[in-house]
Amino acid sequence: MAVHTISFEPDDRYNAFLKVCTKPSHGEGKLAGVAIAVKDNISTQGVETTCASRILQGYVPPYDAHAVELIKSAGAAVAGKTNMDEFGMGTSTENSAFGPTLNPCDAGRVPGGSSGGSAAAVAAGMVRMALGTDTGGSIRCPAAFCGIVGLKPTYGRVSRYGLIAYANSLETIGPMANNVADVSLLMSVIAGHDRKDTTSHDKPYNHTPSANIKGLRIGIPEEYFGKGVDPEVAAVVRRAIGRLEELGAVTVPCSIPSMEYALAAYYVICTSEASSNLARFDGVRYGPAADTRKSWHAAYQDMRKQGFGPEVRRRIMLGTFALSSGYYGKYYAKAQIARENIRKDFARLFADVDVLCGPTMPTIAFKLGEKSDPLSMYLSDILTVPVNLAGIPAISVPCGKVQGMPVGLQIMGRPFEDERVIDVAYAYEQVVKP
Amino acid sequence: MIDADVVVGLEVHCQLDTKSKLFCGCSTDYRNDGPNTHVCPVCLGLPGTMPVLNKRVIEYAMKVAKSVNCTIADESEFARKNYFYPDLNKAYQITQYDKPLALGGYVEIEGDDGKERKIQLTRIHVEEDPGRLVHMGNAERGRYSLVDYNRAGIPLIEIVSEPDMRSPKEARKFLNKLRATLEYLGVFDSEKEGSLRVDANISLRGSERVEIKNITSYKGVEKALTFEVTRQKNLIRRGLKVERETRHYLEARGITQSARSKEMENDYRYFPEPDLRPLHVQSWLKDIVLPELPDARRERFVQQYGCSLNHARTLTGELKMANFFEAVVAHDTGVCSLAATWIADTLAGELNYRSMGIDAVDPIKFGGLLALLKEGSITDKSGVEVLREMLDAVKQQKVPEDPKTIVNRLDLWKISETGSASSGVILPKIGQISLEVVIENVKKANPKAVDDYHAGRKGALNFLVGQVMKETRGKFDPSDINRYVTESLGDTLKK
Repeated sequence: MAVHTISFEPDDRYNAFLKVCTKPSHGEGKLAGVAIAVKDNISTQGVETTCASRILQGYVPPYDAHAVELIKSAGAAVAGKTNMDEFGMGTSTENSAFGPTLNPCDAGRVPGGSSGGSAAAVAAGMVRMALGTDTGGSIRCPAAFCGIVGLKPTYGRVSRYGLIAYANSLETIGPMANNVADVSLLMSVIAGHDRKDTTSHDKPYNHTPSANIKGLRIGIPEEYFGKGVDPEVAAVVRRAIGRLEELGAVTVPCSIPSMEYALAAYYVICTSEASSNLARFDGVRYGPAADTRKSWHAAYQDMRKQGFGPEVRRRIMLGTFALSSGYYGKYYAKAQIARENIRKDFARLFADVDVLCGPTMPTIAFKLGEKSDPLSMYLSDILTVPVNLAGIPAISVPCGKVQGMPVGLQIMGRPFEDERVIDVAYAYEQVVKP
Repeated sequence: MIDADVVVGLEVHCQLDTKSKLFCGCSTDYRNDGPNTHVCPVCLGLPGTMPVLNKRVIEYAMKVAKSVNCTIADESEFARKNYFYPDLNKAYQITQYDKPLALGGYVEIEGDDGKERKIQLTRIHVEEDPGRLVHMGNAERGRYSLVDYNRAGIPLIEIVSEPDMRSPKEARKFLNKLRATLEYLGVFDSEKEGSLRVDANISLRGSERVEIKNITSYKGVEKALTFEVTRQKNLIRRGLKVERETRHYLEARGITQSARSKEMENDYRYFPEPDLRPLHVQSWLKDIVLPELPDARRERFVQQYGCSLNHARTLTGELKMANFFEAVVAHDTGVCSLAATWIADTLAGELNYRSMGIDAVDPIKFGGLLALLKEGSITDKSGVEVLREMLDAVKQQKVPEDPKTIVNRLDLWKISETGSASSGVILPKIGQISLEVVIENVKKANPKAVDDYHAGRKGALNFLVGQVMKETRGKFDPSDINRYVTESLGDTLKK
């Protein structure tokens, strides 16, 4: 296969990239010569991969993540590694050890997170497409805040091999782009079974988006328009759903009672898994060398105290606590029960409706530094985490503005019906096209 | 305090002898290669890598489970055991926790009372081996340690017994039986360094339980437990209490030592491994075919070859010894009982003394030796001498001579009344000296023994016979010598 290079010298005024590859090579294929930005928690052979953490500074993976291998063999050029909340832990990309990314729609606001760098790179027109990852909304939130399209695929549809794990049972790699067609195109490249990821399914994606949604049944969960959701955002989203009705879709009011426990369950599960996943960063193998004059446990403590940012340390401690003997049953086991209930609630709804619609985020992008206490930040994940707990596909598509800032319409579907949520997003996009 | 009050339970970790590691394709054959040469992103635990289960490991583990009568769980699951240690690359070990592969089962051993006893098993689970630290100098004071991840990801099974053993000796027998079974199954190579590690729980009835961690040899288990029994009994005798604790076994010194408590205060925070799916493998059971196992082979040895139960037990207690026995008797079915004795007693002892394996012995040559013994051409004592010559040659990496050649070279042909060496002389000669002269010399050299004999002490005869045998280097049949010496002393034995 012929190898070409492109020149990539973007004006990164929003700090979207942690690392820019100025002369990336590429081959032939359906993404030939397309510059794709890759979130920095996805392993790229020979290109430093840090998860926006000091503890991984200098780590150059000797292998490509499966998704990266796939985009490369489809001809894409890896344009660089994008900024993020450290290890994916955040909703604003402010938790990066290398400074926040700014929102291209308003540089005084956050781009959302944790895939904020990928979203900003797409929104600012620096790249046509990007790979993000979504653990509790990390693709959909920045897509909504920056006014682009982002798909969180069904769990298991895209291989996680090479994605530096934060919360294995929740997260997935997914496509981000300026329009649904490109998201669909990128999805067609990255989806499918991977022998190296036992949790991946043999469900390739070979779909061309269709705008025909006549007769589609859309569930409108009341919780998505309830407490904590900015009424202006809710109004914009309701109008968008109205457009879908005009296209022949039928809306059905419904409810997800288990959502009350979603956020708590989510934070117990993701912090528990994170406490284990991040334990390997001890200074022996990655990051700046540990102080070898000290005993190994003392060196580990120093290393982890200095290498991790405050939010990461907080989540490691929370997760460590939740898994401790005597507390496991109270937290981790209970969270799994809540998760099962959420899954059942979705299954019940999907027996009646084809998709569920609501806002992606309860508000527009917040101002930099606005959410200083962790809890209020966590609360902004309320509309995105249920999807990860259930493992279902969901897409965020821009559906209007509030105070000049983009609002995202979230469309959630049955497991392995990524095609359908893409069609609904595509239908909406076609009807509002200027 | 009697030994019936000793309660022992074992946790036995065995490396399964698969070609590749538990969760990646790396080769397990690392022992002769440099450090960190059998590694890949997965077994190095690099960020982003994921485990992929090697199905062969589960098949091997199920073979073991079936052979020791376990039940395979409907659903089993891998879990993470979280702890920090520099040899643990992911800072967690993938193991099984509350949903192990197999439950229950038992191993039959010969109890201290000589009767067959069932040692109940709790469970068998599958897990990965961590890497290995190489300390530069002393572990505590050395300046640094190096890490070798060749071992990381080697498949292990942990076999957990109920506290069913009543003595250190029974523990040893349990281990031997387990080892034999695993070897018969072809899933384990006990000769590989570090292929077996044991944690032993021991208590005296009514006292606290002590755990001895990481014993790495078969003999070590019995020694460590014996040490512990004595230590605990002494504590109780002195009116002190046995503390519930973890101790290390120091192989070189043969003692156990309290582990610093802090080191063991781990909360492992087990939770299901999210990167692997639960296992549903009960249906594989029907495809698992077991070979002949030690108990069945032992019975067959008794039936087919007429071995005594004890000989059959020893011979079948090690796969290679059993195979060796059958190779020898396949050549000459007439030497069964001779072969049983000579292999189980003599050869086993000589090999053990030289720390050699039975692989070192050529069954054809050994059969040749047995043939000489069977036809009465050499005495048992000479037989041992020939065997030693053969083993020492192997030890010096030489090809051992044929038994007949050795007998010729050392002039070990047996001399007896009917023997070929004597002709026309009443008593045979060794070289140039007649046996008569030897006997006279021995009598002269040991007048007290002669007197004792005449005084009616029967032991004196044995002594004199022994002396004559020594002088004649075992070339005569002991019963012949006995007769000659008795004759020579005359019928003066007074009662």
